[in-house]
Amino acid sequence: MTSDRIEKHPILTIEPRKSVAFYWQGKKLIARQGETIAAALFANGVRVFGHHPKDGAPQGIRCANGQCAQCLVLVDGKPVKSCMELVRSAMRVEPVHEMPELPAADQVPEIRRIEEITVEVLIIGGGPAGLSAAIELGKLGIETLLVDDKHRLGGKMVLQTHRSFGSVDAVHAGTRGIDIATTLETEMRKYDTVRIWLHSTVLAVFSDRKVGVLHQDGRRYTLIAPRALLVATGAREKSLIFKGNTLPGVYGAGAFQTLVNRDLVRPSQKLFIVGGGNVGLIAGYHALQAGIAVVGVVEAMPECSGYHVHRDKLVRLGVPAYTSHAIVSANGDEKVESVTIAQVSKSFRPIIGTERSFTCDTVLVAVGLDPVNEFYLKAQEVGLRAFAAGDAEEIAEASSAMFSGKIKALEVARALGYPVAESPQNWYHAVEILKSKPGKTKKNPLPEAESGIVPIFHCSQEIPCDPCTAVCPQEAIYIDKADIRQIPTFSGEQSGRPCIGCEKCVTICPGLAITLVDYREDPEVPTVAIAYEFLKDSIHIGEMVTVLDAAGVVLGDVEVTSVRSFKHHDRTLVVKVKAPKAYAKRIAGIRVQEERWTRPLDQPVRRLIDDTIICHCERVTATEIRTLIRQGYRDLNEIKVVSRAGMGACGAKTCTSLIHRLFREEGVAEAEWVDQVKRPLFMEVPLGVFAGVVEKEKKNRA
Amino acid sequence: MPDKTVPHYDVIIIGAGSVGVPAAFSLAKAGVRTLVLDRMPSVGQGSNKAAIGGIRATHSDPAKIRLSLRSIEIFSTWKENYGDEIEWHKGGYSFVAYRQQEEKALKDLLAIQHSYGLNIQWLDRDTLLDVIPGLNPNGLIGGTHSPDDGNASPLLAVHAFFRHAKRLGARFQFNETLTGVVLQGGRVRGVKTDKGEYGADVVINAAGPWAKAVGQMAGVDVPIRTDSHEAAITEGVARFLDPMVVDLRPGPGSANCYFYQGYTGQVLFCITPHPNIWGEDTRETSGFLPMVSPRMVELIPRLSNIRVRRTWRGLYPNTPDGFPIVGWSKEVEGFLLAVGMGGQGFMLGPGLGELLARLVTNMLEPQDHEVLEHLSPYRKLAGHEELE
Repeated sequence: MTSDRIEKHPILTIEPRKSVAFYWQGKKLIARQGETIAAALFANGVRVFGHHPKDGAPQGIRCANGQCAQCLVLVDGKPVKSCMELVRSAMRVEPVHEMPELPAADQVPEIRRIEEITVEVLIIGGGPAGLSAAIELGKLGIETLLVDDKHRLGGKMVLQTHRSFGSVDAVHAGTRGIDIATTLETEMRKYDTVRIWLHSTVLAVFSDRKVGVLHQDGRRYTLIAPRALLVATGAREKSLIFKGNTLPGVYGAGAFQTLVNRDLVRPSQKLFIVGGGNVGLIAGYHALQAGIAVVGVVEAMPECSGYHVHRDKLVRLGVPAYTSHAIVSANGDEKVESVTIAQVSKSFRPIIGTERSFTCDTVLVAVGLDPVNEFYLKAQEVGLRAFAAGDAEEIAEASSAMFSGKIKALEVARALGYPVAESPQNWYHAVEILKSKPGKTKKNPLPEAESGIVPIFHCSQEIPCDPCTAVCPQEAIYIDKADIRQIPTFSGEQSGRPCIGCEKCVTICPGLAITLVDYREDPEVPTVAIAYEFLKDSIHIGEMVTVLDAAGVVLGDVEVTSVRSFKHHDRTLVVKVKAPKAYAKRIAGIRVQEERWTRPLDQPVRRLIDDTIICHCERVTATEIRTLIRQGYRDLNEIKVVSRAGMGACGAKTCTSLIHRLFREEGVAEAEWVDQVKRPLFMEVPLGVFAGVVEKEKKNRA
Repeated sequence: MPDKTVPHYDVIIIGAGSVGVPAAFSLAKAGVRTLVLDRMPSVGQGSNKAAIGGIRATHSDPAKIRLSLRSIEIFSTWKENYGDEIEWHKGGYSFVAYRQQEEKALKDLLAIQHSYGLNIQWLDRDTLLDVIPGLNPNGLIGGTHSPDDGNASPLLAVHAFFRHAKRLGARFQFNETLTGVVLQGGRVRGVKTDKGEYGADVVINAAGPWAKAVGQMAGVDVPIRTDSHEAAITEGVARFLDPMVVDLRPGPGSANCYFYQGYTGQVLFCITPHPNIWGEDTRETSGFLPMVSPRMVELIPRLSNIRVRRTWRGLYPNTPDGFPIVGWSKEVEGFLLAVGMGGQGFMLGPGLGELLARLVTNMLEPQDHEVLEHLSPYRKLAGHEELE
């Protein structure tokens, strides 16, 4: 029986979990207790969850985040989002191919009144911002209810196997996101005044300033009247316009990370990444860690917009980055079989004749994030005291989300009249730094010394990050605390505090951008210590490995002399190689992926059908929308009427920004178009829940 | 003398909605130079888009019956005549009775309805259960069924009228707000907007909930009062329900409850708030779903499983007696009122549009007089409608 589960991972601990049997199209499959239906289907090799009633297009996972509606399945006859519901024993899961039959019911059910409760502060979202805010409110003893739509707290931090950037002092930099999530949750749970509702989705903020929340595993609806609302709902992934953009196998990088790092399934054998921002680059790294080949990254701009250390890390591992390139199509009938990319002109149009195709089963779309800010906007509109923190306020790193959560919590407390002092000015300064985009690139000249141990910082770009400074026992690594975007400097010999070779900086660097060159044993063939975050049995003493410089240029094949892991290195291995002194200092990493994985096909694959989809729910194509724009349509409400784009289940969460993109492509200025009126609900919910139908407890609740 | 620099139209319609757009279509068809002005950015963005799409002729008065019968003819033949999909579905209407008072009221009306030739019957409990499978049989007495009624998409229908009106020469100006009605010697000469001035011989007030303000600009009192009704739509499911189900029993916060399954398989539902929520607030309330949902689940328990997609609120322009006001102003010559539809603008619109065109072109037909008499702005505005 095929299983696409990850059994071994260099960072994640794979706990044994109980098996649960369920049925897919009548066939018995084995799931793990506590996983989502989508994860269970993926683990069993199922990628196509159904077909769209309108055009029969195959449907599957896209956001894995409860935002879209593409992963719909029928569970015991009722439609549910498979990415949000946990699998239960004996559950009967069926694909959706046509309009579902409404399950029959004969008896008028027992009904109870919808409860209304009050609370001082309602926080929506238990990610880095929400958790940090809840902790501050907990410290102040302010009654707080935190609701999160997932089964586990931490938001997207639970997907982060890499070490966090940012400031060690303020936001746990140097620690892995998965561990920060646990730390924050543990801290928050210390405070009795903070209540937590998991797997609870906010459906709407109403004009009477009440917030409707679906909770108790989707069985119960409650209206909450908070005195203040803190929206920490994070972000949703932007979509992209290309042929085949809704084939199963095309999904958001966040969706992919969810499947791999949270659900521990291997959704792909070979994937291709669209977008060279941090999200895409990190997803590529996570893929390699999970044993998935990464065929390449395309980025339309001449440079990847993500941190250089992320890009370099990926390139060194053997992943080509195609800058000034764009995706032309994802190819395949029922799911992705290949991808076609092309070089783009200065106006970002594909250049004919430059197309190349690569075999892959997955295309990750990582072209940026949009704030999930509709509740914040609505709350402001209806006069509810509302605050936004983290990505819901402004898209940035988790580090800044944590800090902004903390700041916003105190603002909430002050707004509610609690005696809380003004936050120090430097907090605001710090959050600005943490939010800042990558700055200047400086080429650090390699140090001249060729004796003792020489630390090399392959870190050439100003980004907010300082963990290396905190771990050096010699206190010889320096970054100005007032602006941690600076590139670290090592004072070493001059300060009389030479490197002692403890390797702490090597393993804590989130960019894996520090190496130590040790000349003590053999000045001609020094030993280079390199951080390595792959399975320990993937590299062995005595074998030859290809080493590369920071930018991914191959330097040569060298011998591995040591592979060590220390507990205090927190799962980061230190691999030592012996290399000629001519390039020892330039070595920044070890290739893990062979070149054969990334070769293009002999001929580019051309996708002939016009299936560039704008509205995923209603299957509306770019051509249809473009035609309307050319006919003079400017009101998205009218475009919705005529095309149905935005009328579907997701509530125009995807198509709105894509239609904006089409407007721009058609030369329509932003002032000319009118946006859709957004209405509740956030997601579709059975009428019976609003009626207060008392449902029998689900069996085997996970 | 008309100012030559100002563009002149035969008719200017204020409001590109359920009434104004079909009227423009009929006028353009009759060769009348027509301009439609609307402050919204596109067609039907006021109350039209808030309508749930029910279309019935089974009213209790000759005017609405006649207008709606004609509307149904137009809606039901639109696709074959003009090619556009407006999602017409002849699902019928069914008023259900669980108490003797509703049974009596409905049966009393049947006589009037039959006198106008309407196809409506009283069905006993079991026959009604065949028409509405899954309807709660407990205490059910029976109900009416009018199979010729139906529903269509207000959005698509108004858009179809809009496109064909344009094709026939009508002009539409959006994002343009009326600032005044130009009068001279007691008659209409044109209008002023935030963007310019237009000359016209006739101005039609089809401004729905905002008709009072438009009337004031011409110095004509339009006795309407606006209240707000909330509605919702579900996901689409395979067809399980044909007629619009209307439950006339009052409940906490609601005077009645009605819903139907549309062409796309989606269920649309609504209540009449009791007491009325006066005003123009169209923001969603937290009370609506918890109020309407138990009513629906009780009527058809199966509805408990259907998933609600979206809610919204729309405005009803109400007249004192519940009937629309249609006709020429006596105070201002050339000022034509088509106001106070009370939430039925969509179903009355196509029939009314033709009537307005006949009024403007002096081509009234014999039966129009009864309708106009009934809806006259100068009727005694008292009493109330039997079947709101």
